[in-house]
Amino acid sequence: MDKLLEIKDLQVTFKTYAATVQAVRGVNLTVNKRETLAIVGESGSGKSVTSKAIMGLIPNPPGKITGGEILFEGTDLTKLSERKMQKYRGNEISMIFQDPMTSLNPTMTIGKQIAEGLRKHQGLSKSEARKRAVQLLDLVGIPNPQVRVKQYPHEFSGGMRQRVVIAIALACNPKLLIADEPTTALDVTIQAQILDLMKDLQAKMDTAIILITHDLGVVANMAHRVAVMYGGKIVETGTVDEIFYRPKHPYTWGLLSSMPKLHTRQSELLAIPGTPPDLANPPKGCPFAARCPHAMKVCTEFMPDYSDVSDTQQVACWLQDERAPKVEPPETIGVGGRTR
Amino acid sequence: MTTQKNERQKYVEVNNLKKHFKVGRNAYLRAVDDVSFYIYKGETFGLVGESGCGKSTTGRTIIRLYDATAGEVLIDGVNVHAKKSRAELKDLNKKVQMIFQDPYASLNPRMTVKDIIAEGIDVHNIAKSKKERDERVYHLLETVGLNREHANRYPHEFSGGQRQRIGIARALAVDPEFIICDEPISALDVSIQAQVVNLLEKLQKERGLTYLFIAHDLSMVKHISDRVGVMYLGKMTEVAESDELYDNPLHPYTQALLSAIPVPDPDYERTRERIILEGDVPSPVNPPSGCRFRTRCPFATEVCAQVTPRWTEQRKDHWVACHLYDDEYKGNFNR
Repeated sequence: MDKLLEIKDLQVTFKTYAATVQAVRGVNLTVNKRETLAIVGESGSGKSVTSKAIMGLIPNPPGKITGGEILFEGTDLTKLSERKMQKYRGNEISMIFQDPMTSLNPTMTIGKQIAEGLRKHQGLSKSEARKRAVQLLDLVGIPNPQVRVKQYPHEFSGGMRQRVVIAIALACNPKLLIADEPTTALDVTIQAQILDLMKDLQAKMDTAIILITHDLGVVANMAHRVAVMYGGKIVETGTVDEIFYRPKHPYTWGLLSSMPKLHTRQSELLAIPGTPPDLANPPKGCPFAARCPHAMKVCTEFMPDYSDVSDTQQVACWLQDERAPKVEPPETIGVGGRTR
Repeated sequence: MTTQKNERQKYVEVNNLKKHFKVGRNAYLRAVDDVSFYIYKGETFGLVGESGCGKSTTGRTIIRLYDATAGEVLIDGVNVHAKKSRAELKDLNKKVQMIFQDPYASLNPRMTVKDIIAEGIDVHNIAKSKKERDERVYHLLETVGLNREHANRYPHEFSGGQRQRIGIARALAVDPEFIICDEPISALDVSIQAQVVNLLEKLQKERGLTYLFIAHDLSMVKHISDRVGVMYLGKMTEVAESDELYDNPLHPYTQALLSAIPVPDPDYERTRERIILEGDVPSPVNPPSGCRFRTRCPFATEVCAQVTPRWTEQRKDHWVACHLYDDEYKGNFNR
């Protein structure tokens, strides 16, 4: 498979008054052309920071990329000047944000906002850009595009605004689209529309997508591969089937268990006790050790290395070590109501 | 509504409740428009629907945070919206408590956790002495899984999940019988959501509480609720026991809503057929005539625009408002 993006040992820190927060602590990721990679994790696990680092949007100060490389088709984005980065941002790589209410400029017409990137990156004239904007609105399923293109964001509903945001993101045919919680602010029936649209457009435009979300249902629906983040690290990666049907990390087990199942009745949800670690003072060993029911002495002392479960699945857990006791995943991870 | 002979006691009865907000000259936003349902004692009634469907307004109107435009609400036989003396109102407020969605906005940042939780104790003069007040607060903190050392801290020192526990402790402080949970877990992470839901279920078992659980996360609502009501644009569209509703949804809106939920099962997601609704929810200021859902309904015909569907019991304890199931109008559809 063709690698589009490769992240090697990425580290991002934020300076605060109290301490330096190590938000991302050595992340390795690859994204192949035309695939959807989902990054899942709780708030504060570093998934949004990772995506902002790719876009070169870490505010400095207080944030800083302190180590690692982000290779986009072989070019290290972390080394680029702001000027050079602008050639990538919005052109080769673009982003959809969570809240469609705040990611549009309320004082500009929709058409102008779509045309902005087209004129800058592709050097289109005003009228060409306008024409293309109408086509894009049509593409993302907005009825009456000729009229809508002249309207302002407040004249659109939430779902329609998210469609506009998608139109802006896709305007320059990016190779990589980063979608940070694209449907979290939307209602379920609208969410279904937007997910459908994204899949449809991906097939048409051959875009790779990094999907950041905490909703495992959305992941199952959209992703080809999944990376599970916890405490600034990736604890497990694999294909979507591997993560849902053959997960190896106790945190992934916990995530799958704490979701209520739609098709079966359970007496109690299996909650993960405790709270995520404080990354201003990160634990020495595995970040999940403090909440892990299978934690051993070694877990609190040393971070485990990644071990290959298959060609596509890697997991960072001491349970994979041959000296560790055999632990079976809990029954409760049985997904979607069917037992495995 | 029929008066069934049922051993179970109806704790809350909502009859033809309406709440309209004035939004301009002769313009009214009909947030809740003629809604009727009941909640049995000791059960959890889930109320679901998309944003703007009136579920939160229903919850707030039930406990008189809003005055009802029309209709009545009976809680334990007491008419909530009738004229009340101060003492009567206080009595009602002691029985009914609320847990709010946003654990960041619903706690006063300038009060200590102890004072936040004890506010109800003070208002209702439950504690005889300062010592008793403290003891009650400590006990409540332990009940919700925090500890007594937390009592003198301020809300900003807690995480979202812990704050929601403080909100629950505050609601429990006056020994209520009925708690309205308005999206209590929407702002929390998945692993923390499960903690809070388990806590709510444990408390219900121990104290025999009755819950009205308002949420838009249908899978969580199914998990926690005994019966579920689905609202759309100010109207109740369907009410049934939660398993029945999820196994045999009758109303086209309920069917679409259930089919829209992404399930965490890749195989199932690859093969399932989705009903994807067209368009957006219309404005509640100027709702469609007849059935409110007809503008997005795949089965809608002329009769849906002309006649408002009746609220009928299709199966035992399974109520729906849709012409598809009404003997008088069934013939208009070719299904």
